[in-house]
Formats: sequence, C-alpha cells, structure tokens
Amino acid sequence: MSDQQPQQPVLDIREGYKEKFGFHDDIAPVYKSRKGLDPEVVSTISEMKKEPAWMREFRLKSLEHFERKPMPTWGGRLSDIDFQDIYYYLKPVDEQGRTWEDVPADIKRTFDKLGIPEAEQKFLSGVGAQYDSETVYHKIKESLSAQGVIFLDTGSALEQHPDLFREHFGTVIPPSDNKFAALNSATWSGGSFIYVPKGVKVELPLQAYFRINAQNMGQFERTLIIVDEGAFVHYVEGCTAPIYATDSLHAAVVEIVVKKGGRCRYTTIQNWSNNVYNLVTKRAMAHEDATMEWVDANLGSKLTMKYPSVYMVGRGAHAEILSIAFAGKGQHQDAGAKVVHAAPDTTSNVMSKSISKDGGRAGYRGLVKVTKGSGGCKSTVKCDALILDEDSRSDTYPYMEIEEDMVSIGHEATVSKIGDEQLFYLMSRGIPEDEAAAMVVSGFIEPITKELPMEYAVEMNRLIQLQMEGSVG
Amino acid sequence: MTPTLHIKDLHVAVEGKPILKGLSLSVNKGEIHAIMGPNGSGKSTLANALMGNPKYEITSGQVLFHGEDISEWAADERGRKGLFLAFQYPTAIPGVSVANFLRMALQARRKAAGDEKPLPPKEFRKLMKEKMALLRVDDSFAGRYINDGFSGGEKKRAEILQMAMLRPEIAVLDETDSGLDIDALRIVSEGVNALAGPDLGVLLITHYQRILNYIKPQFVHVLVDGRIVKSGGSELAHELEAHGYDGIREASAA
Ligand SMILES: Nc1ncnc2c1ncn2[C@@H]1O[C@H](COP(=O)(O)OP(=O)(O)O)[C@@H](O)[C@H]1O
Repeated sequence: MSDQQPQQPVLDIREGYKEKFGFHDDIAPVYKSRKGLDPEVVSTISEMKKEPAWMREFRLKSLEHFERKPMPTWGGRLSDIDFQDIYYYLKPVDEQGRTWEDVPADIKRTFDKLGIPEAEQKFLSGVGAQYDSETVYHKIKESLSAQGVIFLDTGSALEQHPDLFREHFGTVIPPSDNKFAALNSATWSGGSFIYVPKGVKVELPLQAYFRINAQNMGQFERTLIIVDEGAFVHYVEGCTAPIYATDSLHAAVVEIVVKKGGRCRYTTIQNWSNNVYNLVTKRAMAHEDATMEWVDANLGSKLTMKYPSVYMVGRGAHAEILSIAFAGKGQHQDAGAKVVHAAPDTTSNVMSKSISKDGGRAGYRGLVKVTKGSGGCKSTVKCDALILDEDSRSDTYPYMEIEEDMVSIGHEATVSKIGDEQLFYLMSRGIPEDEAAAMVVSGFIEPITKELPMEYAVEMNRLIQLQMEGSVG
Repeated sequence: MTPTLHIKDLHVAVEGKPILKGLSLSVNKGEIHAIMGPNGSGKSTLANALMGNPKYEITSGQVLFHGEDISEWAADERGRKGLFLAFQYPTAIPGVSVANFLRMALQARRKAAGDEKPLPPKEFRKLMKEKMALLRVDDSFAGRYINDGFSGGEKKRAEILQMAMLRPEIAVLDETDSGLDIDALRIVSEGVNALAGPDLGVLLITHYQRILNYIKPQFVHVLVDGRIVKSGGSELAHELEAHGYDGIREASAA
C-alpha cells in the first residue's frame, strides 16, 4: 500500500480562497535572511533580536538537534520539503505598532481585509498580529494589564520578563522532542506570551493572527501561555497565506502550563493556503484540578501534522481536545490528539471530526496513555469521519498505552457519507446542492462549532461553505 | 386555463424498471386530490418523480408547472418554484436545527420570488412561533436537529410545519398518514386543512381511506400498476373502502 499522494497543481484549487485570503502585498521587508539554514543564519536571527547569550546557545543547540533528527516517516509526505529553499527570517517592519495607525498602510490593509481590527473592537480582550516573522501589532486592554495579565509577543516577553520567561520556556516541549520542534527552537520568531495571574479570569478571548505574506517563507512562531492557580484565559489563533506555486513552511511550537485549578482554552482556526506545510507541536501541562481545552480546526494547508496534547500531571486534571480536519483537493490533514494521564483521577475527552472531499485525505491519529499509579482515570475518544466522494480518504490511527488497571477507557469511531436522501431532502426545500452539502457538513461538525464563541462559529460555517463551493456535481 | 400542475402521460423507471406507465393528471390551486393505490402501485414513485429525485428517471411524458416543463429541473429549482413534497420517510440531518434549515429554505424561496432580502430575524421567529402553534409542537422544536430522534408523529408534523412556512402552490403529501396514531393524524390533518385554500393545491397520496375522514378531497384517483384506472369524486374513496382495490381492478379490467 502506498502512502504517497500524487502531486497536484495548487493554483486551481479552493477558488473561493483566492479572493478572500489568497492575495499578497508587495512590500519591501526591512530585513530578509538569505535562503537556507545554518548556524550563521541562526546566530544572525538571535543578534538581530538582541537576545541574551543563553537564548543564542539554546538556538544553536536546537539546530544541532534538528540536523541530527531524521524526518518522520509517518504522518504525511514530507520528502518534498527543501529546507535550503526557505527564508527563515523576514522582518517586515522596524517597530511593532502600538496602534493600528503605526502599522504600514499595506500591511494594515491586509489585516483590515481579514477583519482583525474590527474583531478587536467588538469582542476581544487583546490582539496580536504577526506578518511573516515579526509581530506588527500587539495590544491588550488596559483593564487587564492593570490586573497583571501579560500579553506580549514572545520576543518582547523575553526582554521584559526574563525570569518568568526562562522558568517556563522549553520546559513543556524540549527542543529534542521532534524534528520540527527542534527547527522552531532554532529559528523561532514571534508568537504570543501570556501570563494570567492567580485567580484572574480573562472574560473575552485574546486573539493572535498569523499571516504569511512572502513566497518560500518559513514562519516559526513560538507561543508560551502560563495560567496561574485558579485563573482562566481563552486564546484564539487564526492564520492565512497567499496562494503561491511554491511551498511555504509553518512550524510553530505552543507550550502551555495550567496551574492548580486553572483553566485554559486554546482555539485554532487554521486556514492556510494549499501550499503551506503546517507542522506544529502543541502541548499543555495540566496540574492538579486544572483544565486544558484544545479546540482545533484545520481547513487549510497542503499537509498538516498536528496532535495537540495534554499531560495531566496533577490529581483531578482534565483534558478536552476537540478537533476538526477538512481535507479538500490536494490536501492531507493528519490531525489528532494526545492525552497522557500521569496522575490519579484525571479525565479526558477527545472528539474528532474529519471531512474529506475531492481526493483529500483527513485522518485522526491519537494516543491515550495512562501511566502506572494513575488509578481512577477516565478517557473517552470519539472520532467521526465524513467522506464526501469516492476519491477521498479517511484514516483512523488510535494508539493506547495503558499501564494501570483501575481506569475507564472508551473509544468509538464512525465513518459516514453524505446520503443522497439527505441532499434530496434539503434540495426539495429549495436549497441548492452545494449549500445543501455544506449544511450537512456544518451539521456534522456542529458538536464542535457550538463550543466556539458565536463570531467564530459563524466564521467557521462560512469557511466550510467556501470549501464546499462548486464542489458537488 | 393552464393547470397549476399538469402531469402528461408520465412514464417513470427506477433502476431501469418501468413503474409509472402513462399517468396523466391535473391539479389546480384550490383543489385537493387524493391518489389511492395498493402497495407497489407506484405512489411513492410518483411523489419522488414530481419532486425531482434523481433516482427516478422520467423516460417519457412531461411534468408541467404553470405550463412550463419542469421534468428536467433539479429538486431545488422545483422547490423554489413552489412545489413541495411531504416525505413518507423524512431524512434526519444531525446538527442542523429546524429553525436554521427553515431560515435557509425560506430565504431561497423568497429569493426565487424576487425578494433578495431575508426575512428580518424577528419576523422569522414570529412566523415560526405561529406555525409551530398550528402544528402543536412546543418552542424547543425549533432548536432540535431536523428529524434527528423525532418520533413518527413528530416527523410528520415537522413536514407540515415546513409546508406552512414555505407556502408552496402545490403540495404532494406522500402517505402522511402512515405511522400516525389517531391524535397525531388529527393534528396533522388539521394543519393541512388550515393551509388549504385558494392558493394551495394538494395531492394527497395514500394507501388507506382513513386520512380522508379528516381531509376531504374533491377528486379521488385510483392508481394501479402505474396507471390511474379510475377517477371520481369523494364517493370513490368509500367505494374503495367497501370493495377494496381488487373490486376496482376487476371493474376497470372489464
Ligand atoms: N428506490 C427504489 N429502488 C428500487 N425499486 C424501487 C424504488 N422505489 C420503488 N421501487 C419499486 O417500484 C415499485 C413501486 O413502488 P412505490 O412507488 O414505492 O409504490 P407504492 O408507494 O405505491 O407502494 C415497487 O415494485 C418498488 O419495489
């Protein structure tokens, strides 16, 4: 059996994407590293950022890990990535904006088109906007900073909160974790740093938006979130990129620490163009009675390999991982979840919904692990796949490592197709075929979209509609 | 006068097998027709073919709606034009609420009628409430997923609720009485009667005479083996009740 996907031209797909998200700006960056990766490029990034020596050492060591580690042979087809054909650092502006007026007009126009300043006004506690390698705008409501909430781009956090930063950075995901975590650790730039002090609840979400603009770009943002005891935060990230004929690479690392009784929700709406490799490591440590929730929707990219994970290291911790993977023509979504029950009485709930169409491939890859001594754990995993046509494919790879007897583990998987009767029924009421199909798909993922704030649920359904346009025939 | 719905010498095949073998019938707005026939006579085939189910192939003949041949039209075009089918077995669409579905459907129908603007949310809710009261379903119904976990009676009520919202010109009711207890049958029939009037033509497809105690047709047609073998007034239904389909079959063969 072959795992290889035939190479498909990327220019003619997701037509609707082009107009709304697939445009690009012709801007002259302030600095662009030469193509390719070596210690010199890595050192230059560190120098340009005026980092302390320990960080430069960390980067160079990480580069060694990256070079030593073999490419994963599972997941998706990675062999086409040419690491020497990528720009690893591209600085679009000299300084980060404190107001949108500070942001260069071209770049601001892009974020306007994407609706970011508007959303900030309406329903967010703070916004970060990253453009290629750097954050061009970052702001949090003053009432929150007054309570001690920190929301900065990660580079600024290293500068302004060196101790808090160093205490946690790289502790959840060490550079040696996997090849792409090592790559990120060597080249990281941008991303969000959040600290929520004890007992503080951030009511409205904080949002970051990641935009790739340049061709052959590598974006390596790095996010670190620390939720102190009894605190709460909801962080939302979105991303898009122009459509290019050559590939871009997005390899982020997201580390989260949720302390005793705290709760963190992390929502992603991944909508990269179809020429982006999206290889992201996301992991959270949940301490005693803490709750970590990943809501992870993947609609874009050429290949996504992403398995948000939660290590439950304190008694009574809880993990919730809800994911959507939508693979259209030429796309492969290898998404999933990983829950590690490393303390007694911890509970987890995993729900995955995958949709594949026009030859796309979407799958669930998941691990449930219970370590010895973690009695009283409970885990339920439910994966549902919806396949829209004969050419498309869905895979499920559930792994389990259970080292304890007194646990309750449930796993359930279903595969379905859009029924002709469903389409006929909806169409008989006057609804056009592609809208009818989009409706069935929206219904299929509803158990997850209903978890999203209203604005994002609307956005999500709009994106699904875009994916479905002109598809059925 | 051009009939609202005019079925002309309709032949329909399912998976290559001829089922309807030359069926002709006209239904006008303001009329209620009943088509009665034994199992396998082609009743559901007629309903599906009229609505444009792609599984049912019109091999010859025509379906005219306001004089326009719609036999080649997709189901959604027919629906937007004002044709409606109350399904015998309504399909569940998990995750899609009745209200959302009806909002989309109503918008599509209004758009086809030249009104680009969707109904304002407030008016839509008011309309929903009014029609749900007519079918005696409680408010929570709007938020439930279409036909998902509905009882037989709820499904049929939901069909008539949709009909009430979409206000078709011609409604085909495919064995709407099947699987209903007496109370549910009464509620559903009252719903249909409340909607009937000069703006609506009804084609009621049924195996049993029972529903005709509640909905009174002016015209009754007997379908046997893909053809209408006898047409008459409401007295024909009673004749059927007394003599069964065999009596009619023999009489028409003679
Ligand atoms: N979807 C279908 N696939 C195959 N055969 C069908 C289908 N629908 C109807 N038929 C056949 O067509 C004939 C008429 O069926 P139908 O129209 O359902 O009659 P009625 O509704 O009067 O019982 C039957 O022989 C039935 O087996």
